[in-house]
Amino acid sequence: MSTVPDPQRSPEQPAHRVDKQVEVLERVVIRFAGDSGDGMQLTGDRFTAETASLGNDLATLPNFPAEIRAPAGTLPGVSSFQLHFADHDVTTPGDAPDVLVAMNPAALRANVHDVRPGGTLIIDTDDFTPRNLAKVGYATSPLDDGSLEGYRVHALPMQSMTVEALKDLGLSRKDAERSKNMFALGLLSWLYERPTAQTERFLTAKFAKRAAVLEANLRSFRAGWAFGETTEAFPVRFTVPPAPAEKGTYRNVTGNAALAYGLVAAAHRAGLPLVLGSYPITPASDILHTLSGLKRFDVTSLQVEDEIAAVGAALGASFGGALGVTTTSGPGLALKSETIGLAVALELPLVVVDVQRGGPSTGLPTKTEQSDLLQAMYGRNGESPVPVVAPSTPADCFDAAVDAVRIAVKYRTPVLLLSDGYLGNGAEPWRVPAAHDVHAVDPDISTDPNSTADDGMTPQFRPFLRDPDTLARPWAVPGTAGLEHRVGGLEKADVTGEISYDPANHDRMVRLRRAKVKGIEVPDVTVDTGDHAGGHDHADSDLLVLGWGSTRGPITAAVREARRRGLRVAQAHLRHLNPLPANLGEVLLAHEHVLVPEMNLGQLALLLRGRYLVDVISCNQVRGLPFTSTEIVEAIEDVVAGRVRPTPRRDAR
Amino acid sequence: MSTPLGLPTLRSGTADVPSLPDGVRLGKKDFTSGSEVRWCPGCGDYAVLAAVQGFLPELGLRKENVVFISGIGCSSRFPYYLDTYGMHSIHGRAPAIATGLVASRPDLSVFVVTGDGDALSIGGNHLIHAMRRNVNMTVLLFNNRIYGLTKGQYSPTSEVGKVTKSTPSGSLDAPFNPVSLALGAEASFVARTLDTDRKHLTQVLRAAAEHRGTSLVEIYQGCPIFNDGAFDVLKDREESVARLVRLEHGQEVVFGAEGSQKAVVRSASGFGVEVVGLEEARAAGREPVVHDVETADPSLAFALSRLDEPTMAHVPVGVFRAHSRPTYDDGVRSQLDAAREASGGPGWRAGDDDLEALLRGGDSWTVE
Repeated sequence: MSTVPDPQRSPEQPAHRVDKQVEVLERVVIRFAGDSGDGMQLTGDRFTAETASLGNDLATLPNFPAEIRAPAGTLPGVSSFQLHFADHDVTTPGDAPDVLVAMNPAALRANVHDVRPGGTLIIDTDDFTPRNLAKVGYATSPLDDGSLEGYRVHALPMQSMTVEALKDLGLSRKDAERSKNMFALGLLSWLYERPTAQTERFLTAKFAKRAAVLEANLRSFRAGWAFGETTEAFPVRFTVPPAPAEKGTYRNVTGNAALAYGLVAAAHRAGLPLVLGSYPITPASDILHTLSGLKRFDVTSLQVEDEIAAVGAALGASFGGALGVTTTSGPGLALKSETIGLAVALELPLVVVDVQRGGPSTGLPTKTEQSDLLQAMYGRNGESPVPVVAPSTPADCFDAAVDAVRIAVKYRTPVLLLSDGYLGNGAEPWRVPAAHDVHAVDPDISTDPNSTADDGMTPQFRPFLRDPDTLARPWAVPGTAGLEHRVGGLEKADVTGEISYDPANHDRMVRLRRAKVKGIEVPDVTVDTGDHAGGHDHADSDLLVLGWGSTRGPITAAVREARRRGLRVAQAHLRHLNPLPANLGEVLLAHEHVLVPEMNLGQLALLLRGRYLVDVISCNQVRGLPFTSTEIVEAIEDVVAGRVRPTPRRDAR
Repeated sequence: MSTPLGLPTLRSGTADVPSLPDGVRLGKKDFTSGSEVRWCPGCGDYAVLAAVQGFLPELGLRKENVVFISGIGCSSRFPYYLDTYGMHSIHGRAPAIATGLVASRPDLSVFVVTGDGDALSIGGNHLIHAMRRNVNMTVLLFNNRIYGLTKGQYSPTSEVGKVTKSTPSGSLDAPFNPVSLALGAEASFVARTLDTDRKHLTQVLRAAAEHRGTSLVEIYQGCPIFNDGAFDVLKDREESVARLVRLEHGQEVVFGAEGSQKAVVRSASGFGVEVVGLEEARAAGREPVVHDVETADPSLAFALSRLDEPTMAHVPVGVFRAHSRPTYDDGVRSQLDAAREASGGPGWRAGDDDLEALLRGGDSWTVE
């Protein structure tokens, strides 16, 4: 028995090729579902990587329980990965799967109702025992009782076929069964004509030190492919041609990875060492993991005792002239509040990343939500303004992180970067920027005194003498002779930074800190009116749909659909929540109706109403999943048809 | 799975901090800021400030490379009065903030100034973790056994039964012994000294600053307003001789006035130590324990710390432990150096090309 893969048996050249019809599709939504120990996330990741390299546009939605291994075969233990890929621009992971791969009865039961009518079910039948069926509440087997009649069903004993393919490897049945996800991946890779070399390389690297496991995975993967090739069960294979894309180098990237790379790239371009203080928390930990592997880029990662220490260590590093960063999710942000307030008072650069998840409290650790906006804006004591930046797609996490670093360094302020679980774990193709395309902020660290003493001669350093344009204070770091100074959380006198309890000074300092954040340079929000406006002004639209953060994908898909249905809908999306773009008030007032979809109960809507006195209409859901585009299309139609109206004003009664 | 870290051998705590050019000496005045000192008359903090301003010049460091970070409480105003870099941070968090600074700046001598409430109540977690990690910094823990800034509530070092505004029927919780706590957390340098003994205070602070790793110095500090007389028995000349157990490395642990000397010997049970008359001990063949600050096992130092009790019958002071072990921050930096060296040899720094290679990753494709 050899453990070395035989190149003669590469799946591209199977032993018995059967000619099959190939059908060209524009788009496909596939969902892989199985037990949380079945390796569905890995399977989805690999299928995504294969698809990305083929040049399809794509979006993904990993969805898994908070338990690492929930009881096997139960509904709460089901883990899934959805992928939408197409020959055109894709903005969401897809509302309804065209194909469901279900590895057991629980996976079928939990997901089949999402599959579009007439969709395809590829079911591993090995676990369809009376006991397993009963465990998830099936009185009879759905494979036999006709309940799946509306679908195209491929019932295959994938587990047994995997074990059969590995029988001479001397593995236990249990160990052999563990490769069944690779069998499924091989089959789906064949069915959709995905390239396989990358996955083989990936497996070879991943299991380099475990020859038997490597062989089992490679063989299962190839067996799945070969099964597709030879079986009569799949008379047709499908192909989805590449999507048109701008010239450039592309890769597939998750939001958490893109965000980590953005921080590193921005720090590198600024010439600043990056110091991450962090404490593991779902769904932000992957940023800690990624940054911990980038020490060669002058990235120090400190996993410390708690969330408070994490932001403290980051702020301490910023005091020393590094770019301090801390990464967390909602509950951790709550713990960091006091230190962020200190950073507001100290006026030092700091980037605080919140990968939002369902709340309150521990909430839904593995599910997405946008409910920390108000915490980010106002979750501190005192008047404590903090700039807030929100990425809108997984790849956009890179640009948003670069922008957060720009603001933190240029304006000497903590910045909140509000990602979420959907962005963090979701993936899409990303056109990789050149280094010189990444904004290089000048840290402008002080080297000399910035004023003179009262005698007009003696050089003196005044730590709170501000830049007249940005209102930023100087960043003088320990080790610089002549600039020794003390900072702290007590109110400081304007200019000198001495402790001051003077009422007028406090009033001035509070207003100065607010003015500094208000004055941060952010681009105007752009309004996409589609083709319907034909160059006319916004008033031509019946409705503006305004979003922020990760709702961009579903909103974009919904607006396209609404326009297809003949509705005149404009779309705008906010990257900056604080300060808001200068033209936002004008944009809001130019539309009769403004619809604001949010994965919370109306937090941006509250801010907009308070700030602009515009009665926006909220569209909210907090199910722990992104909006489907259908939900937003319905909300748009409701507003346009007059079924939903803003709150009646007093004068209208 | 653990990996040998290949850490550098240990040096002084200030080895990487730039020192003054030959012939240049600073004085107390150089370390005194223009801020008016605002503690209550009679506060022990004045004595500690004077001692710190007095001994800092002895370290021979450039003052711009000295940083004081404090939390909240009376003693935490300390940084404002020193003409160094300083941060008056928030309650209990100074050790965490200092950890980030120290990890990224080997060229700084970093002091944390904290009190019994700041360090042991709200900030207890940060303190023990800084000590177990052995971050190269010196923690001055001012212990007055009371909350002063909030006007007189009991603290985590107050004796049981302490009657204060918040505990009119007496406090119920047992106090921490900060030295025992630090030894339990395996701090590599642990000492205790008193605000009223300038010479001892200076010696201990200096040894603490020069130790590489976390140095925890508990300073008994009088609060004349809210806990007046707490340490009186240690200030009285005769009483202090009878009560203070002055620990000296390599010396037998004996104390007390001539003629009525006491010895600290291994207890009969074999665990811990006990105090017996010196003559009596020698007659019975029980030799006093010999103090060893360097030993890796903190058990004997811990046993010595347990001699302390609320009545202050025996109060060990001096350096309990000064053990060399790898520091966290040296380790952090050596991993960065190793990663850079593995990428391109000694002195390598990532360039734009390296950044672009990182961003492209292993699975990129090109659209022409």
